[in-house]
Amino acid sequence: MPLDASDLGAIWLTLKLASLTTVILLIVGTPIAWWLARTRSWWRGPVGAVIALPLVLPPTVIGFYLLIALGPHGWIGQATQAMGLGTVVFSFTGLVIGSVVYSMPFVVQPLQNAFDAMGQRPLEVAATLRASPWDTFVHVVLPLARPGFVTASILGFAHTVGEFGVVLMIGGNIPDKTRVVSVQIFDHVEAMAYTQAHWLAGSMLLFSFLVLLVLYAGRRGKTGWS
Amino acid sequence: MTPLRARLKLTRDAFTLDVDLHLPGRGISALFGHSGSGKTSCLRCLAGLERASQAFVEVDGVVWEDSASGYFLPPHLRPVGYVFQEASLFPHLSVRGNLEFGWRRVAPRERKVDVEQACQLLGIGHLLERRPATLSGGEAQRVGIARALLSSPRLLLMDEPLAALDSSRKREILPYLERLHDELDVPVIYVSHALDEVARLADHLVLLEEGKAMASGPIGDTLARLDLSLAQGEDAGVVLECAVRGYDAHYQLLDLQLPGGGPLLRIAHPTRPPGSTLRVKVQARDVSLSLTQDCASSILNRLPVRVKACRAAHNPAHVLISLEVSGNPLLARITRYSADQLGLQPGQALWAQIKSVALLG
Repeated sequence: MPLDASDLGAIWLTLKLASLTTVILLIVGTPIAWWLARTRSWWRGPVGAVIALPLVLPPTVIGFYLLIALGPHGWIGQATQAMGLGTVVFSFTGLVIGSVVYSMPFVVQPLQNAFDAMGQRPLEVAATLRASPWDTFVHVVLPLARPGFVTASILGFAHTVGEFGVVLMIGGNIPDKTRVVSVQIFDHVEAMAYTQAHWLAGSMLLFSFLVLLVLYAGRRGKTGWS
Repeated sequence: MTPLRARLKLTRDAFTLDVDLHLPGRGISALFGHSGSGKTSCLRCLAGLERASQAFVEVDGVVWEDSASGYFLPPHLRPVGYVFQEASLFPHLSVRGNLEFGWRRVAPRERKVDVEQACQLLGIGHLLERRPATLSGGEAQRVGIARALLSSPRLLLMDEPLAALDSSRKREILPYLERLHDELDVPVIYVSHALDEVARLADHLVLLEEGKAMASGPIGDTLARLDLSLAQGEDAGVVLECAVRGYDAHYQLLDLQLPGGGPLLRIAHPTRPPGSTLRVKVQARDVSLSLTQDCASSILNRLPVRVKACRAAHNPAHVLISLEVSGNPLLARITRYSADQLGLQPGQALWAQIKSVALLG
Protein backbone atom coordinates (compact mmCIF):
# COMPACT_ATOMS: atom_id res chain seq x y z
CA MET A 1 0.00 0.00 0.00
CA PRO A 2 1.68 3.16 -1.16
CA LEU A 3 -0.46 5.41 1.08
CA ASP A 4 0.18 4.97 4.79
CA ALA A 5 -2.16 5.61 7.73
CA SER A 6 -1.22 9.29 8.01
CA ASP A 7 -1.90 9.77 4.30
CA LEU A 8 -5.33 8.17 4.62
CA GLY A 9 -6.00 10.27 7.71
CA ALA A 10 -5.15 13.38 5.73
CA ILE A 11 -7.42 12.31 2.85
CA TRP A 12 -10.30 11.60 5.22
CA LEU A 13 -9.81 14.94 6.97
CA THR A 14 -9.69 16.74 3.63
CA LEU A 15 -12.93 15.15 2.42
CA LYS A 16 -14.61 15.92 5.73
CA LEU A 17 -13.46 19.52 5.60
CA ALA A 18 -14.49 20.00 1.97
CA SER A 19 -17.94 18.44 2.46
CA LEU A 20 -18.73 20.46 5.56
CA THR A 21 -17.42 23.64 3.96
CA THR A 22 -19.55 23.06 0.84
CA VAL A 23 -22.72 22.48 2.84
CA ILE A 24 -22.12 25.60 4.94
CA LEU A 25 -21.31 27.64 1.85
CA LEU A 26 -24.50 26.57 0.05
CA ILE A 27 -26.54 27.59 3.09
CA VAL A 28 -24.74 30.89 3.62
CA GLY A 29 -23.94 31.63 -0.03
CA THR A 30 -27.45 31.22 -1.46
CA PRO A 31 -29.00 34.22 0.32
CA ILE A 32 -25.89 36.30 -0.34
CA ALA A 33 -25.94 35.41 -4.05
CA TRP A 34 -29.68 36.08 -4.21
CA TRP A 35 -29.23 39.44 -2.57
CA LEU A 36 -26.37 40.34 -4.91
CA ALA A 37 -28.41 39.30 -7.94
CA ARG A 38 -31.56 41.22 -6.95
CA THR A 39 -30.62 44.25 -4.87
CA ARG A 40 -30.36 47.76 -6.19
CA SER A 41 -28.68 48.86 -2.98
CA TRP A 42 -25.51 50.88 -2.94
CA TRP A 43 -23.95 48.06 -0.87
CA ARG A 44 -24.05 45.66 -3.79
CA GLY A 45 -20.63 46.77 -5.10
CA PRO A 46 -18.70 46.72 -1.82
CA VAL A 47 -20.22 43.42 -0.68
CA GLY A 48 -19.53 41.81 -4.06
CA ALA A 49 -15.93 43.01 -3.91
CA VAL A 50 -15.37 41.67 -0.39
CA ILE A 51 -16.81 38.27 -1.39
CA ALA A 52 -14.48 38.18 -4.40
CA LEU A 53 -11.31 39.14 -2.46
CA PRO A 54 -10.12 35.53 -1.99
CA LEU A 55 -9.90 35.25 -5.77
CA VAL A 56 -7.02 37.70 -5.89
CA LEU A 57 -5.41 37.74 -2.43
CA PRO A 58 -2.57 35.35 -1.57
CA PRO A 59 -4.06 32.72 0.76
CA THR A 60 -1.45 33.63 3.34
CA VAL A 61 -2.93 37.11 3.61
CA ILE A 62 -6.40 35.75 4.35
CA GLY A 63 -4.89 33.15 6.67
CA PHE A 64 -2.89 35.80 8.47
CA TYR A 65 -5.87 38.07 9.13
CA LEU A 66 -8.03 35.13 10.16
CA LEU A 67 -5.30 34.01 12.53
CA ILE A 68 -5.19 37.47 14.07
CA ALA A 69 -8.98 37.78 14.31
CA LEU A 70 -9.61 34.26 15.59
CA GLY A 71 -6.54 34.16 17.84
CA PRO A 72 -6.59 34.78 21.61
CA HIS A 73 -6.08 38.54 21.14
CA GLY A 74 -8.34 39.00 18.08
CA TRP A 75 -11.87 40.36 18.38
CA ILE A 76 -13.49 37.09 17.37
CA GLY A 77 -11.09 35.12 19.56
CA GLN A 78 -11.90 37.39 22.52
CA ALA A 79 -15.59 36.85 21.91
CA THR A 80 -15.31 33.06 21.66
CA GLN A 81 -13.21 33.02 24.82
CA ALA A 82 -15.73 35.19 26.62
CA MET A 83 -18.40 32.66 25.67
CA GLY A 84 -16.24 29.93 27.17
CA LEU A 85 -15.50 28.32 23.80
CA GLY A 86 -11.76 28.95 23.82
CA THR A 87 -10.14 29.86 20.52
CA VAL A 88 -10.64 28.03 17.27
CA VAL A 89 -7.18 28.54 15.80
CA PHE A 90 -5.22 25.32 15.16
CA SER A 91 -8.46 23.32 15.33
CA PHE A 92 -10.75 21.70 12.78
CA THR A 93 -13.37 24.39 13.46
CA GLY A 94 -10.80 27.02 12.58
CA LEU A 95 -10.09 25.19 9.32
CA VAL A 96 -13.80 25.15 8.45
CA ILE A 97 -14.12 28.89 9.13
CA GLY A 98 -11.02 29.63 7.04
CA SER A 99 -12.25 27.40 4.20
CA VAL A 100 -15.68 29.00 4.16
CA VAL A 101 -14.14 32.44 3.77
CA TYR A 102 -11.58 31.29 1.25
CA SER A 103 -14.00 29.34 -1.00
CA MET A 104 -16.91 31.78 -0.70
CA PRO A 105 -16.55 33.37 -4.18
CA PHE A 106 -16.45 29.97 -5.85
CA VAL A 107 -19.93 29.25 -4.53
CA VAL A 108 -21.48 32.72 -4.53
CA GLN A 109 -20.50 33.67 -8.07
CA PRO A 110 -21.98 30.68 -9.94
CA LEU A 111 -25.17 31.06 -7.91
CA GLN A 112 -25.32 34.77 -8.57
CA ASN A 113 -24.82 34.14 -12.30
CA ALA A 114 -27.62 31.58 -12.28
CA PHE A 115 -29.98 33.97 -10.47
CA ASP A 116 -29.00 36.81 -12.80
CA ALA A 117 -29.52 34.69 -15.90
CA MET A 118 -33.10 33.74 -15.11
CA GLY A 119 -34.11 37.39 -14.91
CA GLN A 120 -37.22 38.84 -13.34
CA ARG A 121 -39.76 37.15 -15.59
CA PRO A 122 -40.12 33.71 -13.94
CA LEU A 123 -40.68 35.45 -10.60
CA GLU A 124 -43.37 37.66 -12.11
CA VAL A 125 -45.06 34.72 -13.79
CA ALA A 126 -45.07 32.80 -10.50
CA ALA A 127 -46.49 35.80 -8.63
CA THR A 128 -49.37 36.16 -11.11
CA LEU A 129 -50.02 32.43 -10.59
CA ARG A 130 -50.55 33.00 -6.86
CA ALA A 131 -47.14 31.81 -5.64
CA SER A 132 -45.79 33.68 -2.61
CA PRO A 133 -42.13 34.82 -2.77
CA TRP A 134 -40.95 31.85 -0.69
CA ASP A 135 -43.07 29.41 -2.71
CA THR A 136 -41.57 30.93 -5.86
CA PHE A 137 -38.05 30.57 -4.54
CA VAL A 138 -38.51 26.88 -3.74
CA HIS A 139 -40.55 25.83 -6.78
CA VAL A 140 -39.23 28.10 -9.49
CA VAL A 141 -35.90 29.70 -8.58
CA LEU A 142 -34.19 26.63 -7.12
CA PRO A 143 -35.08 24.29 -10.01
CA LEU A 144 -34.15 26.90 -12.61
CA ALA A 145 -30.83 27.59 -10.86
CA ARG A 146 -29.96 23.92 -10.54
CA PRO A 147 -27.00 24.06 -12.95
CA GLY A 148 -25.67 26.96 -10.88
CA PHE A 149 -25.97 24.92 -7.69
CA VAL A 150 -24.16 21.97 -9.27
CA THR A 151 -21.33 24.22 -10.44
CA ALA A 152 -21.17 26.01 -7.09
CA SER A 153 -21.01 22.73 -5.14
CA ILE A 154 -18.30 21.24 -7.32
CA LEU A 155 -16.19 24.38 -7.32
CA GLY A 156 -16.64 24.97 -3.59
CA PHE A 157 -15.69 21.38 -2.79
CA ALA A 158 -12.75 21.18 -5.18
CA HIS A 159 -11.37 24.55 -4.20
CA THR A 160 -11.45 23.61 -0.52
CA VAL A 161 -9.64 20.37 -1.29
CA GLY A 162 -6.99 22.41 -3.09
CA GLU A 163 -6.25 25.00 -0.42
CA PHE A 164 -2.95 25.17 1.38
CA GLY A 165 -1.95 28.60 2.56
CA VAL A 166 -5.02 29.41 4.63
CA VAL A 167 -4.97 25.96 6.21
CA LEU A 168 -1.34 26.21 7.16
CA MET A 169 -1.76 29.67 8.64
CA ILE A 170 -4.77 29.03 10.87
CA GLY A 171 -4.78 25.24 11.18
CA GLY A 172 -1.14 24.40 11.44
CA ASN A 173 -0.14 20.84 10.90
CA ILE A 174 -1.73 18.57 13.50
CA PRO A 175 -2.28 14.97 12.35
CA ASP A 176 -5.97 14.00 12.06
CA LYS A 177 -7.03 17.47 13.24
CA THR A 178 -5.71 19.97 10.76
CA ARG A 179 -3.28 18.10 8.52
CA VAL A 180 -5.05 17.97 5.15
CA VAL A 181 -3.68 16.40 1.95
CA SER A 182 -1.97 19.49 0.63
CA VAL A 183 -0.09 19.94 3.92
CA GLN A 184 0.75 16.23 4.02
CA ILE A 185 2.31 16.50 0.55
CA PHE A 186 4.37 19.44 1.74
CA ASP A 187 5.57 17.34 4.70
CA HIS A 188 6.54 14.46 2.43
CA VAL A 189 8.54 16.76 0.21
CA GLU A 190 10.22 18.38 3.19
CA ALA A 191 11.17 14.89 4.39
CA MET A 192 12.42 13.97 0.87
CA ALA A 193 9.78 11.17 0.74
CA TYR A 194 9.18 11.72 -2.97
CA THR A 195 7.45 8.38 -3.63
CA GLN A 196 4.76 9.12 -1.07
CA ALA A 197 4.51 12.70 -2.28
CA HIS A 198 4.02 11.37 -5.82
CA TRP A 199 1.17 9.09 -4.79
CA LEU A 200 -0.68 11.79 -2.95
CA ALA A 201 0.04 14.53 -5.47
CA GLY A 202 -0.93 12.23 -8.34
CA SER A 203 -4.22 11.39 -6.61
CA MET A 204 -4.95 15.08 -6.18
CA LEU A 205 -4.15 15.76 -9.82
CA LEU A 206 -6.42 12.98 -11.00
CA PHE A 207 -9.20 14.04 -8.64
CA SER A 208 -9.06 17.66 -9.72
CA PHE A 209 -8.99 16.73 -13.40
CA LEU A 210 -12.02 14.47 -13.03
CA VAL A 211 -13.95 17.13 -11.13
CA LEU A 212 -13.28 19.73 -13.79
CA LEU A 213 -14.05 17.23 -16.55
CA VAL A 214 -17.46 16.54 -15.04
CA LEU A 215 -18.05 20.25 -14.69
CA TYR A 216 -17.09 21.25 -18.22
CA ALA A 217 -18.65 18.24 -19.94
CA GLY A 218 -21.88 18.92 -18.03
CA ARG A 219 -22.00 22.52 -19.22
CA ARG A 220 -23.23 21.44 -22.64
CA GLY A 221 -26.92 20.85 -23.18
CA LYS A 222 -27.91 23.27 -20.48
CA THR A 223 -31.45 24.45 -21.13
CA GLY A 224 -32.25 28.11 -20.79
CA TRP A 225 -35.35 30.00 -19.82
CA SER A 226 -38.00 30.01 -22.51
CA MET B 1 -70.60 43.50 -11.78
CA THR B 2 -68.89 46.58 -10.42
CA PRO B 3 -66.57 48.10 -12.96
CA LEU B 4 -62.85 48.37 -12.62
CA ARG B 5 -61.30 51.61 -11.50
CA ALA B 6 -57.59 52.39 -11.76
CA ARG B 7 -56.00 55.74 -11.08
CA LEU B 8 -52.27 55.45 -11.74
CA LYS B 9 -49.48 57.95 -11.76
CA LEU B 10 -45.88 56.96 -12.25
CA THR B 11 -42.71 58.51 -13.60
CA ARG B 12 -39.87 56.52 -15.14
CA ASP B 13 -36.97 58.49 -16.57
CA ALA B 14 -38.52 60.79 -19.17
CA PHE B 15 -41.85 58.96 -19.23
CA THR B 16 -44.90 59.86 -17.17
CA LEU B 17 -47.99 57.71 -16.93
CA ASP B 18 -51.04 59.51 -15.62
CA VAL B 19 -54.35 57.79 -16.17
CA ASP B 20 -57.71 57.41 -14.50
CA LEU B 21 -59.40 54.39 -16.03
CA HIS B 22 -62.98 53.28 -15.54
CA LEU B 23 -63.49 50.01 -17.32
CA PRO B 24 -66.52 47.79 -17.63
CA GLY B 25 -66.62 44.64 -15.51
CA ARG B 26 -67.23 42.40 -18.48
CA GLY B 27 -66.02 41.80 -22.02
CA ILE B 28 -62.68 42.77 -23.47
CA SER B 29 -61.29 46.25 -22.84
CA ALA B 30 -58.40 47.14 -25.09
CA LEU B 31 -55.59 49.47 -24.06
CA PHE B 32 -54.49 50.65 -27.45
CA GLY B 33 -51.52 52.82 -28.31
CA HIS B 34 -48.06 52.94 -29.82
CA SER B 35 -45.09 51.43 -28.05
CA GLY B 36 -44.05 53.73 -25.23
CA SER B 37 -47.61 54.98 -24.68
CA GLY B 38 -47.77 53.33 -21.26
CA LYS B 39 -50.03 50.37 -22.05
CA THR B 40 -47.80 47.74 -20.51
CA SER B 41 -47.02 49.91 -17.48
CA CYS B 42 -50.76 50.18 -16.80
CA LEU B 43 -51.14 46.43 -16.96
CA ARG B 44 -48.13 45.78 -14.74
CA CYS B 45 -49.45 48.24 -12.16
CA LEU B 46 -52.84 46.51 -12.16
CA ALA B 47 -51.14 43.17 -11.53
CA GLY B 48 -48.96 44.69 -8.81
CA LEU B 49 -45.76 43.85 -10.71
CA GLU B 50 -44.90 47.51 -10.68
CA ARG B 51 -45.70 50.07 -8.07
CA ALA B 52 -47.00 53.44 -9.18
CA SER B 53 -46.10 56.42 -7.02
CA GLN B 54 -49.78 57.30 -6.79
CA ALA B 55 -52.27 54.52 -7.27
CA PHE B 56 -55.82 53.59 -6.53
CA VAL B 57 -56.97 50.26 -7.93
CA GLU B 58 -60.38 48.80 -7.24
CA VAL B 59 -61.69 45.70 -8.96
CA ASP B 60 -65.04 44.10 -8.39
CA GLY B 61 -65.61 46.30 -5.34
CA VAL B 62 -62.34 45.22 -3.71
CA VAL B 63 -59.51 47.72 -3.26
CA TRP B 64 -56.17 46.25 -4.37
CA GLU B 65 -54.06 49.32 -3.95
CA ASP B 66 -54.45 52.72 -2.38
CA SER B 67 -51.28 54.75 -2.13
CA ALA B 68 -53.06 57.39 -0.03
CA SER B 69 -53.32 54.93 2.84
CA GLY B 70 -50.19 53.01 1.84
CA TYR B 71 -52.19 49.88 1.03
CA PHE B 72 -50.64 47.55 -1.54
CA LEU B 73 -51.89 44.04 -2.18
CA PRO B 74 -48.87 42.02 -3.35
CA PRO B 75 -49.20 40.45 -6.82
CA HIS B 76 -49.63 36.87 -5.63
CA LEU B 77 -52.70 37.89 -3.61
CA ARG B 78 -54.40 39.65 -6.53
CA PRO B 79 -56.78 37.37 -8.42
CA VAL B 80 -55.42 38.26 -11.86
CA GLY B 81 -54.34 36.11 -14.72
CA TYR B 82 -51.47 37.57 -16.72
CA VAL B 83 -50.54 36.58 -20.24
CA PHE B 84 -47.14 37.93 -21.19
CA GLN B 85 -46.03 38.84 -24.68
CA GLU B 86 -43.71 35.84 -24.74
CA ALA B 87 -45.41 32.74 -23.37
CA SER B 88 -42.87 32.61 -20.52
CA LEU B 89 -43.60 29.00 -19.65
CA PHE B 90 -41.55 27.43 -16.87
CA PRO B 91 -38.91 25.37 -18.71
CA HIS B 92 -38.43 22.97 -15.81
CA LEU B 93 -42.07 21.85 -15.90
CA SER B 94 -44.09 19.97 -18.51
CA VAL B 95 -47.09 21.64 -20.12
CA ARG B 96 -49.26 19.94 -17.50
CA GLY B 97 -46.96 21.17 -14.73
CA ASN B 98 -47.23 24.69 -16.10
CA LEU B 99 -51.02 24.51 -16.33
CA GLU B 100 -51.38 23.14 -12.82
CA PHE B 101 -48.95 25.64 -11.27
CA GLY B 102 -51.57 28.33 -10.67
CA TRP B 103 -54.49 25.90 -10.44
CA ARG B 104 -52.97 24.12 -7.42
CA ARG B 105 -52.50 27.42 -5.64
CA VAL B 106 -56.18 28.34 -5.79
CA ALA B 107 -58.48 26.98 -3.09
CA PRO B 108 -60.64 24.18 -4.60
CA ARG B 109 -63.92 25.99 -3.97
CA GLU B 110 -62.62 29.08 -5.81
CA ARG B 111 -61.59 27.17 -8.93
CA LYS B 112 -63.75 28.17 -11.87
CA VAL B 113 -62.01 26.20 -14.62
CA ASP B 114 -60.42 22.76 -14.58
CA VAL B 115 -57.47 21.57 -16.63
CA GLU B 116 -59.66 19.62 -19.02
CA GLN B 117 -61.90 22.61 -19.79
CA ALA B 118 -58.96 24.92 -20.32
CA CYS B 119 -57.30 22.40 -22.63
CA GLN B 120 -60.48 22.04 -24.63
CA LEU B 121 -61.01 25.78 -24.85
CA LEU B 122 -57.49 26.37 -26.19
CA GLY B 123 -57.00 23.11 -28.07
CA ILE B 124 -53.93 21.97 -26.18
CA GLY B 125 -55.08 18.62 -24.77
CA HIS B 126 -52.57 16.73 -26.95
CA LEU B 127 -49.63 18.77 -25.61
CA LEU B 128 -49.97 18.00 -21.91
CA GLU B 129 -46.90 15.79 -21.52
CA ARG B 130 -44.66 17.90 -23.77
CA ARG B 131 -41.81 20.12 -22.59
CA PRO B 132 -42.21 23.84 -23.27
CA ALA B 133 -39.02 23.87 -25.37
CA THR B 134 -40.66 21.53 -27.90
CA LEU B 135 -43.72 23.73 -28.52
CA SER B 136 -44.25 26.11 -31.42
CA GLY B 137 -44.72 29.79 -30.58
CA GLY B 138 -48.49 29.57 -31.09
CA GLU B 139 -48.81 26.43 -28.98
CA ALA B 140 -46.71 27.92 -26.19
CA GLN B 141 -48.86 31.07 -26.13
CA ARG B 142 -52.06 29.00 -25.97
CA VAL B 143 -50.59 27.12 -23.00
CA GLY B 144 -49.70 30.48 -21.45
CA ILE B 145 -53.29 31.67 -21.84
CA ALA B 146 -54.70 28.42 -20.43
CA ARG B 147 -52.27 28.61 -17.52
CA ALA B 148 -53.49 32.10 -16.68
CA LEU B 149 -57.14 31.01 -16.92
CA LEU B 150 -56.52 28.07 -14.59
CA SER B 151 -55.63 30.42 -11.78
CA SER B 152 -59.36 31.34 -11.90
CA PRO B 153 -58.70 35.06 -12.26
CA ARG B 154 -61.30 37.71 -11.64
CA LEU B 155 -59.49 39.84 -14.17
CA LEU B 156 -57.47 38.56 -17.10
CA LEU B 157 -54.62 40.81 -18.22
CA MET B 158 -53.13 40.19 -21.65
CA ASP B 159 -50.00 42.05 -22.72
CA GLU B 160 -49.81 41.89 -26.52
CA PRO B 161 -50.24 38.11 -26.49
CA LEU B 162 -49.93 37.93 -30.27
CA ALA B 163 -47.12 40.43 -30.86
CA ALA B 164 -44.33 37.86 -30.72
CA LEU B 165 -46.03 35.60 -33.27
CA ASP B 166 -45.99 35.63 -37.06
CA SER B 167 -49.23 36.34 -38.89
CA SER B 168 -50.22 32.72 -39.46
CA ARG B 169 -49.71 31.92 -35.75
CA LYS B 170 -51.82 35.00 -34.97
CA ARG B 171 -54.63 33.69 -37.12
CA GLU B 172 -54.28 30.39 -35.27
CA ILE B 173 -54.80 32.02 -31.86
CA LEU B 174 -57.41 34.70 -32.59
CA PRO B 175 -60.34 32.24 -32.76
CA TYR B 176 -59.37 30.94 -29.31
CA LEU B 177 -59.38 34.47 -27.93
CA GLU B 178 -62.84 34.99 -29.38
CA ARG B 179 -63.99 31.82 -27.66
CA LEU B 180 -62.66 33.14 -24.37
CA HIS B 181 -64.68 36.25 -24.95
CA ASP B 182 -67.85 34.32 -25.74
CA GLU B 183 -67.59 31.49 -23.24
CA LEU B 184 -65.97 32.91 -20.12
CA ASP B 185 -67.37 35.46 -17.78
CA VAL B 186 -64.01 37.02 -16.96
CA PRO B 187 -63.31 40.63 -17.84
CA VAL B 188 -60.18 40.98 -19.96
CA ILE B 189 -57.82 43.90 -20.34
CA TYR B 190 -56.04 43.47 -23.63
CA VAL B 191 -52.98 45.55 -24.47
CA SER B 192 -52.22 45.92 -28.15
CA HIS B 193 -50.77 48.23 -30.75
CA ALA B 194 -52.50 46.37 -33.60
CA LEU B 195 -55.78 48.00 -34.57
CA ASP B 196 -57.01 44.92 -36.44
CA GLU B 197 -56.76 42.78 -33.28
CA VAL B 198 -58.50 45.43 -31.23
CA ALA B 199 -61.25 45.92 -33.81
CA ARG B 200 -61.84 42.19 -33.85
CA LEU B 201 -61.78 41.47 -30.12
CA ALA B 202 -62.48 44.52 -28.01
CA ASP B 203 -65.78 45.79 -26.65
CA HIS B 204 -64.30 48.81 -24.96
CA LEU B 205 -61.38 50.86 -26.18
CA VAL B 206 -58.94 53.04 -24.26
CA LEU B 207 -56.64 55.09 -26.45
CA LEU B 208 -53.30 55.81 -24.77
CA GLU B 209 -50.88 58.42 -26.01
CA GLU B 210 -47.70 59.36 -24.16
CA GLY B 211 -48.94 58.08 -20.84
CA LYS B 212 -52.35 59.71 -21.06
CA ALA B 213 -55.75 58.23 -21.83
CA MET B 214 -57.04 60.27 -24.77
CA ALA B 215 -60.34 58.40 -24.95
CA SER B 216 -62.22 55.61 -23.27
CA GLY B 217 -65.51 54.23 -24.47
CA PRO B 218 -67.37 51.51 -26.34
CA ILE B 219 -65.33 50.46 -29.35
CA GLY B 220 -67.96 51.46 -31.91
CA ASP B 221 -68.18 55.05 -30.64
CA THR B 222 -64.47 55.49 -30.00
CA LEU B 223 -63.33 54.33 -33.43
CA ALA B 224 -65.82 56.73 -35.03
CA ARG B 225 -64.57 59.83 -33.22
CA LEU B 226 -63.06 62.38 -35.58
CA ASP B 227 -61.12 64.18 -32.84
CA LEU B 228 -58.85 61.20 -32.09
CA SER B 229 -55.72 60.13 -33.91
CA LEU B 230 -57.45 56.83 -34.72
CA ALA B 231 -59.54 58.47 -37.44
CA GLN B 232 -56.41 59.76 -39.16
CA GLY B 233 -54.87 56.32 -39.64
CA GLU B 234 -54.81 54.52 -42.98
CA ASP B 235 -56.98 51.76 -41.50
CA ALA B 236 -59.44 54.09 -39.76
CA GLY B 237 -62.99 52.82 -39.77
CA VAL B 238 -65.88 51.66 -37.63
CA VAL B 239 -66.91 48.29 -36.29
CA LEU B 240 -70.55 47.28 -36.25
CA GLU B 241 -72.16 44.39 -34.41
CA CYS B 242 -74.62 43.00 -36.94
CA ALA B 243 -77.27 40.29 -36.75
CA VAL B 244 -77.57 37.64 -39.48
CA ARG B 245 -80.97 38.10 -41.15
CA GLY B 246 -80.87 35.82 -44.15
CA TYR B 247 -78.87 34.15 -46.85
CA ASP B 248 -79.18 34.27 -50.61
CA ALA B 249 -78.03 30.78 -51.58
CA HIS B 250 -78.11 31.52 -55.30
CA TYR B 251 -75.73 34.50 -55.13
CA GLN B 252 -74.09 33.35 -51.91
CA LEU B 253 -74.71 36.63 -50.15
CA LEU B 254 -75.27 37.00 -46.43
CA ASP B 255 -77.72 39.63 -45.19
CA LEU B 256 -76.66 41.43 -42.04
CA GLN B 257 -78.79 43.89 -40.17
CA LEU B 258 -77.20 46.91 -38.54
CA PRO B 259 -77.91 47.38 -34.82
CA GLY B 260 -81.05 49.26 -33.87
CA GLY B 261 -83.10 47.79 -36.70
CA GLY B 262 -81.07 49.61 -39.32
CA PRO B 263 -80.77 48.76 -43.01
CA LEU B 264 -79.24 45.54 -44.30
CA LEU B 265 -75.68 45.01 -45.43
CA ARG B 266 -75.07 42.28 -48.01
CA ILE B 267 -71.71 40.60 -48.01
CA ALA B 268 -70.26 37.75 -50.03
CA HIS B 269 -69.80 35.12 -47.38
CA PRO B 270 -70.83 31.53 -46.62
CA THR B 271 -74.01 31.18 -44.61
CA ARG B 272 -74.26 31.70 -40.88
CA PRO B 273 -77.15 30.77 -38.60
CA PRO B 274 -79.86 33.46 -38.66
CA GLY B 275 -79.95 35.57 -35.52
CA SER B 276 -76.27 35.06 -34.73
CA THR B 277 -74.24 38.23 -34.43
CA LEU B 278 -71.19 39.08 -36.48
CA ARG B 279 -68.77 41.91 -36.15
CA VAL B 280 -67.86 43.76 -39.32
CA LYS B 281 -65.46 46.56 -40.01
CA VAL B 282 -66.12 49.28 -42.53
CA GLN B 283 -63.00 51.23 -43.44
CA ALA B 284 -63.32 54.96 -43.96
CA ARG B 285 -61.44 54.75 -47.26
CA ASP B 286 -64.01 52.24 -48.59
CA VAL B 287 -66.96 54.59 -48.09
CA SER B 288 -67.87 57.04 -50.83
CA LEU B 289 -70.72 59.53 -50.73
CA SER B 290 -73.37 60.38 -53.25
CA LEU B 291 -76.32 62.79 -53.30
CA THR B 292 -78.57 60.22 -54.99
CA GLN B 293 -79.16 56.52 -54.54
CA ASP B 294 -77.13 55.58 -57.59
CA CYS B 295 -78.71 52.22 -58.40
CA ALA B 296 -76.78 51.68 -61.61
CA SER B 297 -73.64 50.55 -59.90
CA SER B 298 -71.85 47.34 -58.97
CA ILE B 299 -71.66 48.48 -55.39
CA LEU B 300 -73.93 46.30 -53.24
CA ASN B 301 -74.29 48.38 -50.15
CA ARG B 302 -75.88 51.79 -50.38
CA LEU B 303 -77.06 53.18 -47.09
CA PRO B 304 -79.00 56.36 -46.32
CA VAL B 305 -76.83 58.44 -44.01
CA ARG B 306 -76.76 61.81 -42.35
CA VAL B 307 -73.62 63.95 -42.02
CA LYS B 308 -72.63 64.55 -38.42
CA ALA B 309 -69.31 66.37 -38.78
CA CYS B 310 -66.41 66.99 -41.11
CA ARG B 311 -62.77 67.34 -40.24
CA ALA B 312 -59.58 67.98 -42.19
CA ALA B 313 -57.38 64.92 -42.61
CA HIS B 314 -53.62 65.05 -42.06
CA ASN B 315 -53.31 64.61 -45.78
CA PRO B 316 -54.58 67.99 -47.07
CA ALA B 317 -56.18 66.35 -50.11
CA HIS B 318 -58.60 64.45 -47.88
CA VAL B 319 -61.37 65.17 -45.41
CA LEU B 320 -62.91 62.85 -42.86
CA ILE B 321 -66.66 62.74 -42.54
CA SER B 322 -68.49 61.22 -39.63
CA LEU B 323 -71.88 59.88 -40.58
CA GLU B 324 -74.85 58.35 -38.89
CA VAL B 325 -76.93 55.51 -40.25
CA SER B 326 -80.00 54.74 -38.10
CA GLY B 327 -78.10 55.47 -34.92
CA ASN B 328 -74.90 53.74 -35.98
CA PRO B 329 -71.65 55.56 -36.67
CA LEU B 330 -69.88 55.42 -40.00
CA LEU B 331 -66.71 57.13 -41.19
CA ALA B 332 -65.88 58.21 -44.70
CA ARG B 333 -62.62 59.53 -46.07
CA ILE B 334 -63.12 61.43 -49.31
CA THR B 335 -61.16 64.05 -51.21
CA ARG B 336 -61.56 67.66 -50.18
CA TYR B 337 -62.50 68.37 -53.79
CA SER B 338 -65.45 65.96 -53.64
CA ALA B 339 -66.57 67.37 -50.32
CA ASP B 340 -66.68 70.85 -51.82
CA GLN B 341 -68.46 69.59 -54.95
CA LEU B 342 -71.12 67.90 -52.81
CA GLY B 343 -71.33 70.95 -50.55
CA LEU B 344 -71.36 68.77 -47.44
CA GLN B 345 -73.05 70.26 -44.38
CA PRO B 346 -73.73 68.77 -40.97
CA GLY B 347 -77.24 67.38 -40.92
CA GLN B 348 -77.29 66.79 -44.65
CA ALA B 349 -78.83 63.51 -45.86
CA LEU B 350 -76.88 61.49 -48.43
CA TRP B 351 -76.19 58.00 -49.64
CA ALA B 352 -73.06 56.16 -48.57
CA GLN B 353 -71.70 53.58 -50.96
CA ILE B 354 -69.64 50.95 -49.24
CA LYS B 355 -67.08 49.26 -51.43
CA SER B 356 -66.19 46.53 -49.01
CA VAL B 357 -67.19 45.22 -45.62
CA ALA B 358 -64.68 43.15 -43.70
CA LEU B 359 -66.03 40.39 -41.55
CA LEU B 360 -64.04 40.15 -38.33
CA GLY B 361 -63.72 36.60 -37.06
